[in-house]
Amino acid sequence: MTLIDLYSILPAATLIVWALFLLLANFWFSKRQPVWTPILAGAGLLASLVVSIFFTGKPMAGFGGFILVDGFSNFLTPLFAVTGIFAIGLAYDYLRRMGIQRGEYYTLLLFSISGMMLMASAGDLIIVFLALELLSIPLYVLSGFAHPRVDSQESALKYFLLGTFASGFFLFGTSLVFGAARTTNLTDILAIVSSGEADTMLLLIGSALMLAGFGFKIAAVPFHSWTPDVYQGAPSPVAAFMSVGAKAAGFAALIRVFSMIFPSLAAELTPIFWALAALTMVVGNVVAIAQTNLKRMLAYSSIAHAGYLLMAFVPFGDAVTRSNSVASALFYLTVYALASLGAWAVLIGMEGEDNQGTEISDLAGLGKTSPLSAAAMTVFMLSFTGIPLTLGFWGKFYLFRTAIEGGFVTLAVIGLITSLASAFYYLRVVVKMYFQEGQPEFHWNFWTSSVAIFTALALVVFSFMPGSLFDLALRSMLTGS
Amino acid sequence: MIPIAYPLVLAVILFCMGIVGFLLRKNAIVIFMCLELMFNAANLVFITFANHYQVIDGQVFVVFVMTVAAAEVAVGLALMVTIFRTKQSIDIDQMNSLKG
Repeated sequence: MTLIDLYSILPAATLIVWALFLLLANFWFSKRQPVWTPILAGAGLLASLVVSIFFTGKPMAGFGGFILVDGFSNFLTPLFAVTGIFAIGLAYDYLRRMGIQRGEYYTLLLFSISGMMLMASAGDLIIVFLALELLSIPLYVLSGFAHPRVDSQESALKYFLLGTFASGFFLFGTSLVFGAARTTNLTDILAIVSSGEADTMLLLIGSALMLAGFGFKIAAVPFHSWTPDVYQGAPSPVAAFMSVGAKAAGFAALIRVFSMIFPSLAAELTPIFWALAALTMVVGNVVAIAQTNLKRMLAYSSIAHAGYLLMAFVPFGDAVTRSNSVASALFYLTVYALASLGAWAVLIGMEGEDNQGTEISDLAGLGKTSPLSAAAMTVFMLSFTGIPLTLGFWGKFYLFRTAIEGGFVTLAVIGLITSLASAFYYLRVVVKMYFQEGQPEFHWNFWTSSVAIFTALALVVFSFMPGSLFDLALRSMLTGS
Repeated sequence: MIPIAYPLVLAVILFCMGIVGFLLRKNAIVIFMCLELMFNAANLVFITFANHYQVIDGQVFVVFVMTVAAAEVAVGLALMVTIFRTKQSIDIDQMNSLKG
């Protein structure tokens, strides 16, 4: 192992070493001062964030091409670290109130994030598979973290069985791609696929099966059925983390694998992506309208946003628009991450014992009793809808522009119409908070509220300078493109 | 030497058996066995192609898959044990505390 190899995995390696250390430290702290475990976990994530920003700036390949550090992974790795820090901020008060203050939460979180980081810089199908499992297995445990609460256990089993089912599809698809290309290295596969030596039929079936596996992770229709149940049953901070981290990691893998090795299959795959994107946007938004529970509404909203993200991905085979398409997907992912973490933060403040206070009607009167949280929630809902003066508007703007540049005008129109429809259920939350009387019980906590206020401010402030963030995303080029 | 089609067809049959079993069976442990069947179908394809092309990648992949599958067994069985303690059943038809 050379120094370059070590540098290439430094952010993830920092986290894994830190998580092992935390597992031991937790024995000491859990009885005496449980507050130290989250603080140490946050310090580990901060260290990883610093490492990912300062030490791995230039593109490189580690472990003989197994790990690719490029603009793409340099954009996503800090995003995962920040998501993790927010997830810790959301968790501390929640776990204490629900009586499930167990230090393993933070260790599992760190392991899952290290899997996501590896996923973003995977250069070989073996790493993609290992990273997928490294991020998923801790999440299966985390969704059942509130045991012996029955709904948490059931959501964990459901997530586990369906997640493994999806891994099975991904694995079988990978084996067929290996059969066609004779190697599992992404760069080598690209060379063989573009030379035309590979069996196209085998590649096509393989890539479709891999797509099914990734579709589950990003919760695209028709692989979405687990999402609302798992989000509702899992502890809320875990659901918040899943809705951002797992989805971002799924998209990272999707972009990495499909943009890198399958551009030559674009003619066959583009209609599939088109249909997936349209179906996901329509089903996610339409079903969300019918929801009365805030958790389930956010779950369907996360499905709908997966549809918008897929829309950026439809022109992936087109070399001219590819950098724009990847950039707008990453930009939208960041915007979605901020809004989703914030909305879950407000929801966590509302939630009491046994899922009390998570109905949309429970929000009535929040504008009077807790004006700051209500204002933050309004920003998140407006950003989800894509209304100007929030970053969500620019996210959708870049997405639609990419889709139209790629020649998918119908898809952009579908996206526009479903966005208008989504205003109905997002603005219903705002109306509930400000124009209806009620006595909501809001559990104020410094860390949870900080997450809500910080994300809300970021969404508003950055909406005045979206270009700087988009330029950052534009530099996130994949190796080989 | 065995023609390459034989093990590949066997793998496809195993994979399809896994999918059908996953969709039809009700006991969580049997469902889990069907998932293992899907994983091992993929392993068989890897081994077949690795042998056919005489490259090592596929065999390395299989070792990783088996390790990961073992880790998943540990987590999955632990989840089933905790559920059984609460509900005295691991029949997935009785998992209905969440709507949908």
